[in-house]
Amino acid sequence: MTQSINAIRRPAGATVSLFRNLKRHIVVFFAVLGPGFITAVVDNDAGGIFTYSQAGARWGYLPLWTLLPITFLLVVTQEMCSRMGAVTEKGLSDLIREEYGLRITFVMLAALVAANLTNVMANFAGIASSLELFHVSRYISIPIAGVLVWMLIVKGTYASVEKIFLFACSLYICYIVSGVMVKPDWKEAAIYSVRPVLMFDPAYLTMVIGMVGTSVAPWMQFYLQAAVVEKGITVKDYAESRVEVIVGCIVMSVIAFFIIVACAGAIWTVRPQDISDATDAALGLKPFGEWAYLLFCAGLLNASFFAACILPLSTAYTVCEGLGFESGVNRRFGEAPIFYWLFTGLIVVGGGVILIPGFPLVKMILLSQVINGVLLPFVLIFMILLINKKRVMKEWTNSTLYNVVAWSAVVVMIGLTVALAAISIRDAI
Amino acid sequence: MAETLTYLYLTELLGLVVYDLKGRRIGKIRDAALVPVIDPVRVDRFLIGSGWTWLTVRWDQVESITLDGIRLKDEVLTPYHADEYILRLVRDLLDQQIIDAQGRKVVRVTDATFDVRDGRELRVMEVDIGMRSVFRRLTQGILPRSWIRRLQEPISVSSIPWEFTNILEPDPHRRLRLNIKTNLLERLHPADLADIVEDLDPEDREALFEAMDSEKAAEALSEVDPDIQASILESLETEKAVEILEEMTPADAAAAIAELNAETSAEILEEMEGEPQEEVRELLEFDDDTAGGMMDTEMLVLPGDTTVEQARASLRSTEDLAEHCNTVFVSGPGGTLSGAVPLARLLAAAEATPIASLASTPVIQVPLTADEDEIAELFDKYNLLSLPVVDNDGIPQGVIKVDDVITALRRR
Repeated sequence: MTQSINAIRRPAGATVSLFRNLKRHIVVFFAVLGPGFITAVVDNDAGGIFTYSQAGARWGYLPLWTLLPITFLLVVTQEMCSRMGAVTEKGLSDLIREEYGLRITFVMLAALVAANLTNVMANFAGIASSLELFHVSRYISIPIAGVLVWMLIVKGTYASVEKIFLFACSLYICYIVSGVMVKPDWKEAAIYSVRPVLMFDPAYLTMVIGMVGTSVAPWMQFYLQAAVVEKGITVKDYAESRVEVIVGCIVMSVIAFFIIVACAGAIWTVRPQDISDATDAALGLKPFGEWAYLLFCAGLLNASFFAACILPLSTAYTVCEGLGFESGVNRRFGEAPIFYWLFTGLIVVGGGVILIPGFPLVKMILLSQVINGVLLPFVLIFMILLINKKRVMKEWTNSTLYNVVAWSAVVVMIGLTVALAAISIRDAI
Repeated sequence: MAETLTYLYLTELLGLVVYDLKGRRIGKIRDAALVPVIDPVRVDRFLIGSGWTWLTVRWDQVESITLDGIRLKDEVLTPYHADEYILRLVRDLLDQQIIDAQGRKVVRVTDATFDVRDGRELRVMEVDIGMRSVFRRLTQGILPRSWIRRLQEPISVSSIPWEFTNILEPDPHRRLRLNIKTNLLERLHPADLADIVEDLDPEDREALFEAMDSEKAAEALSEVDPDIQASILESLETEKAVEILEEMTPADAAAAIAELNAETSAEILEEMEGEPQEEVRELLEFDDDTAGGMMDTEMLVLPGDTTVEQARASLRSTEDLAEHCNTVFVSGPGGTLSGAVPLARLLAAAEATPIASLASTPVIQVPLTADEDEIAELFDKYNLLSLPVVDNDGIPQGVIKVDDVITALRRR
């Protein structure tokens, strides 16, 4: 009787070439694509689009220079978050709790929920107003959008939801097309992209502060790190993940550039003026063709809807993680009740208030700027402290040079956000 | 006078004032510690903050514990100095991650509940997570203790019995001194354990795999996500990594090694011995989405004239194989594959029957280069449980089982 536990005989021959290495990098890049890209692009939500439209309509091409420093600030802060996520495989609220205790975490999370709730409101308002341009009543659009958002997240898995988000990212191309259709003065746009213009005009300074101040929001830091962890990105894939973060930030700035340029070309060249919301900007594009107008509206709808999905999701994630409740879209309702209730509550309240006639939405948005402004310094400082802890980050802490850059970026960010919060308080009174 | 306590929360214990024999106030409780090598549940000492220094009091010096304070029997106070044998509940447990072996998940500790014996001895009963304990943590020090107890009543309890928890300690020396064992985890199903491992942070994963028995570690590791598999193997000492890999099937081991960085995989292959090393090396030559990459090389191939009785005997002699084998293969002239006999048929047949007569022919088989889709289609079409893989000469090389196909399909 013979019994063979077989082995294969085959000549060995390693075929690892440079090409294969490059191929690996590209494959891994697409595998890690998601967190950084989505976070940066969602930064251009209804509020962001309004800020950029307003800047272009009132100041033309002058504000374009702020986009370079904004990209830089965004890259520095986002890179640290994704690095922490990849190295520790824990979320930001998790780390803050582990190192600084439950109480401080709770206070931060409470502020985050408040700020994000008003943000959700702003984005549902964006959905309502963009669809009203297509003559859809908000009493129809808001409930449908709310249900869609809820279904998308609850019925999806992390992978499927991320694919839809990436698709939504690609729809931002609407802005690029409508920007081109307006036929702006490209030469001016190119010059002012790299030539900083400083004026001590209070309105101009407010605009600059507004643009930079809204570019980094507390929720982004929490969302990005959580998404990196949920996606299972580890130190191994970190090189590609860093590239992904940087590419995302650049794409975000390119979109902002086209929004500003579109409004500069369509509105500012006719007559510099203030606009009251993003749909005003869309209407301003109408003389340049029906398509430019429609695409701008579609872009706003897409951005608002996208942010209305991400914000409640990110909030629910962060809170549950920090307080130790079950969370994640890969878990079912019964397994993570608090996660889903919080998520549902944010959508219902955030969308619901838009349907209340006479609801002080503008005041709420100013309030959210204030809360963000108060919260962001704490988040950024905790981040830098955490990322410099050897015990937490091992050999992945910041280098001295990077720390100098990071601290400067954080100080600038804090200064501008606090200034923005102060302006918001002034406006609200 | 406060009533006798039956339970006490760690959050309530913290900040309790300690009085000595003569009723003099010594300070407030800052932490409590267990000495697991002596007793795994009894609070052995209390750490008291008094002015600028910390003092230690042993459990047998305590006269009574109430919500109004702790009274001592004597005046003996020892200054606190760090001791590797103690598990400090606030420092080492609160807000840290532990494994809930009963619920099979990783949780973060918000509070702990003590059972109070004779009004003076504390024993850790449960670790608390969830809303109720968060409420206690947040209100402690702001509201009186007795109010908090009443106010928390409506919130549902979420706790894990202490004996079902597993603390994680990255330092191997301290792990030994704190008497942390992994028995509880080793009793879990490898797939559940793999889920837990995926939820841990890299340091704790390493700690767990260092401490676990190699066989259990291998079973769990086979079920873990490939990326995490690689980071675990890279973090372990080469010796331990090899020990674990040798316990895995050659196919699983090869899949794990394929994900490692070049340096580690070379070191590991160097360390591995004899037959497993050779098989793994050969398997590494195939792409994971071909038959060669998916197959397991452990299979039982017997000549056609083998009797059922002999076949059963050879199954018995290869225990490892028997565990996940569902078909015995029959070889014909020149060692080529000529038939397949499902185990059930082998059980039912008379002992003297030659296995060739039980075999279903023609046997469905694939070449080493067959791709994933082709294989999945065959499994679907012929309702297969396992599919033999043959080389160009028709010699059996390995077998693909239905669970390998499911894994491959799920990965898409």
